[in-house]
Amino acid sequence: MPSKYSIHTHTAPHRFKAVTKSGIIAWEEGCIKCAVCVKTRCIYGVYDNRNLDPMQMIDSIDNECMNCLRCVQGCPKELIHKSLNPEYQALGDPYWSPDIISKLWYQAETGRIPVSGAGYPGPFSGPGFDSMWTDMSEIVRPTRDGIHGREYISTAIDLGRTARHLSLNDEGMLERDYSQIYDIPLPIILKMPAFGAVNGDIVKGWAMAAKRLGTLMALPQEMINAVPDDFDPWLVPMISPEESKTYAIPGETRIVEISWSEEWARVIEEIERAYPSLLIAVRIPMDEEIEEKALSLARNGVSIIHLEAAENGLFMDEGKQYMKDGIRSTHLKLVEAGIRDEITLLASGGIAMAEHVAKAIICGVDAVLIDFPILIALECRMCRRCTKELPCPVEIDRASPSWVASRVTNLVGAWHNQLLEVMGAMGIRDARRLRGEVGRAMFFEELDRATFGSMGEVEDCELE
Amino acid sequence: MSSRNAFKLPEAVRTGSRFRNAIGKYRLNRTGDCIACGKCVEICPYGVHVMRRGQVFVENHHLCVGAECPEPCHAACPVQALTLRRNPDFEVMGDFRWTPDLLTSTWHMAQFSEMPPKHLEYKIGGSAGGFDKLRIKFPPVEKGDKPLLEEDDELDVGVELNRRGDNAHKIRIDVPFYGGGMSYGSVSITTMLSRIKAAAALGTFCCTGEGGYPDELKPYDDHVITQVATGLFGVREETIQRVKIVEFKYAQGAKPGLGGHLLGDKVTPGVARMREAVVGYPLFSPFPFHSVYSVEDHKKHVDWIKAMNPKALVSVKVSTPTDVDMVAVGSYYAGAHIIHLDGSYGGTGAAPDIAKKNIAMPIEYALPKVHRFLEEEGVRDKITVIASGGVRTPHDVAKTIALGADGVCTGTADLVALECIRCHNCESGRGCARGIATTDPELIELMDLEWGTQRIINMFLSWRKELIRILKRLGMKSLKELVGRTDCLVHLDYMKRSE
Repeated sequence: MPSKYSIHTHTAPHRFKAVTKSGIIAWEEGCIKCAVCVKTRCIYGVYDNRNLDPMQMIDSIDNECMNCLRCVQGCPKELIHKSLNPEYQALGDPYWSPDIISKLWYQAETGRIPVSGAGYPGPFSGPGFDSMWTDMSEIVRPTRDGIHGREYISTAIDLGRTARHLSLNDEGMLERDYSQIYDIPLPIILKMPAFGAVNGDIVKGWAMAAKRLGTLMALPQEMINAVPDDFDPWLVPMISPEESKTYAIPGETRIVEISWSEEWARVIEEIERAYPSLLIAVRIPMDEEIEEKALSLARNGVSIIHLEAAENGLFMDEGKQYMKDGIRSTHLKLVEAGIRDEITLLASGGIAMAEHVAKAIICGVDAVLIDFPILIALECRMCRRCTKELPCPVEIDRASPSWVASRVTNLVGAWHNQLLEVMGAMGIRDARRLRGEVGRAMFFEELDRATFGSMGEVEDCELE
Repeated sequence: MSSRNAFKLPEAVRTGSRFRNAIGKYRLNRTGDCIACGKCVEICPYGVHVMRRGQVFVENHHLCVGAECPEPCHAACPVQALTLRRNPDFEVMGDFRWTPDLLTSTWHMAQFSEMPPKHLEYKIGGSAGGFDKLRIKFPPVEKGDKPLLEEDDELDVGVELNRRGDNAHKIRIDVPFYGGGMSYGSVSITTMLSRIKAAAALGTFCCTGEGGYPDELKPYDDHVITQVATGLFGVREETIQRVKIVEFKYAQGAKPGLGGHLLGDKVTPGVARMREAVVGYPLFSPFPFHSVYSVEDHKKHVDWIKAMNPKALVSVKVSTPTDVDMVAVGSYYAGAHIIHLDGSYGGTGAAPDIAKKNIAMPIEYALPKVHRFLEEEGVRDKITVIASGGVRTPHDVAKTIALGADGVCTGTADLVALECIRCHNCESGRGCARGIATTDPELIELMDLEWGTQRIINMFLSWRKELIRILKRLGMKSLKELVGRTDCLVHLDYMKRSE
């Protein structure tokens, strides 16, 4: 068993005040100056602790407020109100919702998992990953207590090709090198997001986080030089076929990734010839042919296959399919072909919350790559101003590498603990065994139809 | 049966908000143009305006029904001094499951003991699935037809809790719900007592949760369910012998498969004494019972209770995994009287968001599965099925029973009656700012026991009335007739309209 893996987190404060869901509107006009004003009785000390942020010219009052509404309900002249903040509601987009973004901020700041009282506040179910639930063990074992550290739950996974059996040549020696397999301590790999006010310092910070976490960071080959050489073992250069001729791959690199093209076999052959010890991953966009493409790669000896969905968790081909279903069908296709155990399957795009990691693995991948979460960890509001070459409202490009590394470490630390919670409840103590365990998950489509499908007759009746 | 006739429901007493400004859906703005003619005071059917010393005030914004008003004051004002607006505070409260409409509806029930006026959606929440997409199906009412049933008092909404027919207590609750476990420490003693006193008045029960059995509860022993949970906090022979129902908590919906954690700050001297623990140190309630490795060990637990208190009913509280049906039937064979299914969307205490949202299934799925399985096993009429986890309204109660439960457990609804606004900050700082889920001596003072008791009584009396109305419209004389009647429900996503 590997030595116990834990992620050390330290609070890394926001540089800017976070956008809050609602704001306080307090009128002065009409105030009768009560001897004991409700503002002085705030149990969170919101009115006492408020200050003006000189850089942003923002009052901290809304960030301190915990929404108990006692001042609203107590002011004798009804001068205090709360109102939803339109800026909050405008954050992100339908997929990267304000709720997801603000929870990512919280985790990146504190390293803690989001905890709240009073039951689940959200919708019954939703599209994609929101249409599945994970299982738990009732009454008897094997539930695991991972989070409080009393039982060891391993989240490590292997990257590379596992042979079904060893083959020997005529001289009785191993036919090929079977040692090309790496394990990473958690099934999360960092990936450079498609946009963001990113510069060399940010990339360096991400690489520092990858090293600290013991995982990898995938980034375009041209960004490699932004990072000092000693981070090379933790980087996965993403090579596009056109530039493959140059292959300036640093010596200590363990894995490279190429994107799908008709010529993938030639590219791999060329890289292998120049760098025989490298593991080569192939990234395929999720589209209608995903299963066939993955199968042909697996059959032809590719060791790592990376299924890439759009940033909103949908297929790349404008389709309406969810990555969740693409992962399931691809995994199943490889299982049916008897080849699944030999290769490593990764997925990226739309991994936005800790639960998506567990759910993607249950659907059939070994690990996921996360891109926008590591940008949102840096206070990104997903406003996309940077894509129009406008300045970043939270000046991500001015963040220091060490702050970036802390924020991302905190976020991944919180996600790791949440993965332990989910696995603990399921009674699974090894992330490798979580893969493809759809029997320990529940799917909306099946459950809803099985439960309510027969409740459709409405002849001659009134509904209430 | 004599007890049934002897039982008398408590009186509803109007009990308004304990805060100065109650929150409603609308606000009326009065400008300085007001000439204090008193027209608005005169025409408003809801008592929103009040005249005092020659001046008119909007004193009860929260009672305004907005556009539904038959006599709108703002239209009648001779000097147009009144404007009607949506209340911005209203939108800030609540969430998908407990919409602002549901919160204010529940407050209305707790204040007046009546269903709210129709400007509030009080039957469903906004979760867009499960209960919120189910509708109760009534036979059409045609004018001139005589109603399906007549007399009120013939209707029976009670539940027999001991259906095994063994030597344990024969217990009947007069309403189809009892209070779910909320421990001393997670809620204040006032909250705990309010719930238990209300339960006693309504002829039902309320569970202590796992934080021990405070002495203040002793007068209500006959209405207390004491909980034995994995931490075994405050469990003593004496507490087991004191009650009529003992509940084993194997898991809870809010954090299925995960242990409980009471932060050190909440372990005050009182809590520590009750739980036989050290002040200021966090308390873990592990998962699962470390003494249970098989179903046989589960039977051992049940036997243990029966040895100490042979007359006690044993309830087994479990969460909702895929094999919840097997768990239920296993509990029956181990000797349980009640199987309590706690669905994943409920809960009152603090829990990781990832668990609340993702682990285990909603009660709407688990219940029909368990009901069917117990029926096929031929034991459905030998065990009482209680469901919880997101039951917010009398309509949810009716739907839950039609899906296969005999009765329900409530938790959040009770807290909303005490004016919880679901800010979800039960655990932060000194605990609940509104004095409900806290052990902070100053915050506890925010709530009065009589007030709390009456609010909960009012709400449940209105639930009972509404359930009777629903039963009447269904043409049923007893709630028992509704159990498992999924044909009385329609799910909007699967609705087939005949051409």
